[in-house]
Amino acid sequence: MAGCAADRDEVVIVTSFPPDLYETYKKAFEARYPKITVKIIPKNTIAAMKHIRDTASRPDSDIMWATAVDAFAVLKEDGLLARHVLPKEIAERIPSRIGPYQIHDTDGAYFGFALSGYCIVWNKRYLEAYELPPPKGLRYLTDPIYQGHLGMCAPSRSGTTHLMVEVILQRYGWKEGWKTILNMGGNMASHTERSYKVSRGAIRGHFGVGVVVDFFVWSALARGYPVGHDYLPVGPTLKNAKKFIDFLPANIGLIKGGPNPENAKRFIHFLLSEEGQLLLFKPQISRFPVIPELYDQAPGDLPDPLKTPVSGGKFDINLSQQRYELINSLFDQVVTFRLKELRKAWEAIYEAENVTGTILDEARSLVSKVPISEEEASRLALIFKRGNSERVQKCETEWDSRAKKRYKEAKELADQAKKIGGK
Amino acid sequence: MERIIRSVRSRLEIKGFDLNQFALFLLLLGLLCVLILYPILRVLYEAFTQGNGLTLKHFLNFFQRDLFREALWNSLFAGLMTVILASLISLPLAHFMVRYDFRGKMLIQTLGVLPLVMPPFVGAIGMDLILGRSGILNLLLLRWFRITIPFMEGLQGVILVQTLHYFPLILLNAKVSLKNIDPSLEEMAQNMGAHGLRLFRKITLPLMIPGCAAGALIIFVKTVGALGAPLMLDYNRMLAPQAYLSGDDKSRYVIAVILAMISLVSLWIQRKYLKRSEYATAQRGATGVRVAKRITGWKPTMILGLCVLILTISLIPHVGIVLLSFAKRWCFTLLPEEYTLSNYAEILVQVPHFVRNTMVYCSLAAGIDIALGSVMAFLLIRGRIMGKGLLDLIATLPMGVPGMVLAIGYLKAFGFLSSTWFVLVIVYSVRRLPQMLRSCYAAMQHVHESMEEAAMNLGANRRRTFLKITFPLMIRGVVAGGLTSFIGSSVDFSSTIMLVTRDEYSPLSSGIYLYTQRAIGWEPAACLGVVAIFLVAVGTYVVNRISRDRSEAASKV
Repeated sequence: MAGCAADRDEVVIVTSFPPDLYETYKKAFEARYPKITVKIIPKNTIAAMKHIRDTASRPDSDIMWATAVDAFAVLKEDGLLARHVLPKEIAERIPSRIGPYQIHDTDGAYFGFALSGYCIVWNKRYLEAYELPPPKGLRYLTDPIYQGHLGMCAPSRSGTTHLMVEVILQRYGWKEGWKTILNMGGNMASHTERSYKVSRGAIRGHFGVGVVVDFFVWSALARGYPVGHDYLPVGPTLKNAKKFIDFLPANIGLIKGGPNPENAKRFIHFLLSEEGQLLLFKPQISRFPVIPELYDQAPGDLPDPLKTPVSGGKFDINLSQQRYELINSLFDQVVTFRLKELRKAWEAIYEAENVTGTILDEARSLVSKVPISEEEASRLALIFKRGNSERVQKCETEWDSRAKKRYKEAKELADQAKKIGGK
Repeated sequence: MERIIRSVRSRLEIKGFDLNQFALFLLLLGLLCVLILYPILRVLYEAFTQGNGLTLKHFLNFFQRDLFREALWNSLFAGLMTVILASLISLPLAHFMVRYDFRGKMLIQTLGVLPLVMPPFVGAIGMDLILGRSGILNLLLLRWFRITIPFMEGLQGVILVQTLHYFPLILLNAKVSLKNIDPSLEEMAQNMGAHGLRLFRKITLPLMIPGCAAGALIIFVKTVGALGAPLMLDYNRMLAPQAYLSGDDKSRYVIAVILAMISLVSLWIQRKYLKRSEYATAQRGATGVRVAKRITGWKPTMILGLCVLILTISLIPHVGIVLLSFAKRWCFTLLPEEYTLSNYAEILVQVPHFVRNTMVYCSLAAGIDIALGSVMAFLLIRGRIMGKGLLDLIATLPMGVPGMVLAIGYLKAFGFLSSTWFVLVIVYSVRRLPQMLRSCYAAMQHVHESMEEAAMNLGANRRRTFLKITFPLMIRGVVAGGLTSFIGSSVDFSSTIMLVTRDEYSPLSSGIYLYTQRAIGWEPAACLGVVAIFLVAVGTYVVNRISRDRSEAASKV
């Protein structure tokens, strides 16, 4: 019945994008279709997913619009996205893949509309003041000299961070991946509540270094902020990571049963049309279109993602989708909520750095492990997917106390090692 | 048929029973039950049930979690520390201001109230700009001594923000208490040889405690349930941020119940203390007025210096916010690199809906409060209905229940409402109803019943009397109450952030939050902060003027 009803004169969009982006598109779209008003529900990706799930019986929104592709995969799996076939004149101008990433969903549940890569960004003035070198490369982020200078967001609060964590886990494997992440955690100054704050923190000099989606860098540079950047290389292995860059599609999808499906399709088509794609070059947006021909019209300093060597590493979106909720929760328990202890442990290890021996190795290994193996994670994933339950709470409690205990032990061991070394 | 009704009605009226009044009573009671009681009960229900049965399991789970225990401890600790620090600032200030007369005292008295016009979530932004990691002070320390001091990191940042916002509450109370202390008590002690600190510790302080306790308890409760400052400072290991971040979990309801309990217990303690403090004031009439000591020489300079120092610190957030509001780019430099007016242009011209929504919602909420408050005050004072005290009780509940708890209840109870903007109007009005009811009650007590009786003798019915006589006579008090409600709503952060869904519905308070989430171009948040400060300052000034005029007018009569 609801499907038969004519659209109202609006289209409601749930989005994690900053106002600079959605205001620009709202204005352009409303100029093109003067009778339709664009309404925005701003939420971070995770909250947006929850919103769509909560309103599934009577959706109040038409479109999900966000960066992280795996969030869309989760929504699709839960049957919350409607399938749609793009008109031929739009579809034929867009390539099907970039690196390991499919631009559009093969079933037409969501569409890539822009490309972005992850960047390490730093504040030049900040690094100068603290006499630190620019951190060019992922390995720098685990270097002790950056202790207390790194900013990051929790994957449970940011879809893009989630994707980054998942990429690291898949490229380097569960063990090596978590080791890198926990080591980065030891360098963190603070956890921000949303990913935008990472960029702002770095731009304002709140902390020196952050990992962000590239468009933040381009728009900061456009406004004259003293930031430096390097595309985050997540190559197939840690060693030859430097050579490769990942560009990921940012996405848009139709919410199943939304109140204004026709307007929603109009919006998606507008976004993927030449007119909509060219808006991406505006300095306040600074993203790369998915239509390769348009790159000739790019403003001077933007690189061409289609010409950059992309990594050969695989990305299994299905795996990511399955353990989405579990990874969020696990990260929160072992990093977000235990950041203080984690930092203290790494601090102690760094202080005992010159000491070699088994004690310190033991300490290192204690702060480099998560409480569960990849197999256990995949076994538990479904429980987390079903939502909050007693089992979930039990797991969380256990992880939390285990992480706390480990970090404490590691600190004690490192302190001990330091004492022995000092003698 | 009609005759029967009329006869029943007239017979009832002879017994002093007014059917219209009773209908009104029922209507109000129903309304309050739906809007206040039901959401709160819903929170309780969620916290204490599993499936169909009652359970304490969620509470057990809560206390088994290290993280939650820590959040609880941190919240309580922050509350306590804030009270202690605020007292340390306020007591000396109050002492100097009441006991001594010196040049610049008026200025200090005015400045001492200014922190109250700065809501904590705005204050946090302002203070971070001056005291934060890349704030002015730390940049200087880094430049000169190669060190930084983490004033704003974690819990101490929250405590600092809360202290600087709320200390005037203790200051004001302490000043009143000090003035009310019978000088002869202290003189007696002095005769017996107690001086200086000993006199203060043994005599003055104990006499001040009941008065200050009220302020201290408010500060404690507000800090324990603080959401704005921790969120703005990215500190999540406290109760309210955990409830905000946890989504529709059982832990959210457990936290809500704990916050409500802390608040209710504090309210209860406060009531007890206030009763005892009557004892102190009862003596006052008998004694002479103490004259502030006029001091000269180096002493006043020192005292003035100390006061100025404390107040300068308390004005840090204001300075930060104003600077940021004019900043074009401010990045790791002492002051903004470039200044601009475009931030103000943005919030007033290009994106005016934050300010507009605040005006609309808060006016509507104040209007609802005025209507409900005056009608209820009328029923409570003039009504002859059994159980009218129940109205009072339910309407006062929101005072003992933190805004966040009410919002959590609304989300659960009226999910369908939560995608509209009207839910904000309702929650705002419910939140301010207790104070509004008190204002209306007080205003109405000033109206002598004989005036109404005169009107009724001249043939006006109850409704007409209320509208033509009672209400106009109450109006000053009611307007003051309405304005207070407006001010409170305009800087209400915790319930707004929980309930606002769409950008276009967002008022100023959540607008500030939205702006602070921008990577670039977040400066307009400071402009919205300035607007909030302006609204609160002007509103408070007008309320004070009205109240003063009213008391002057009353004393003339």
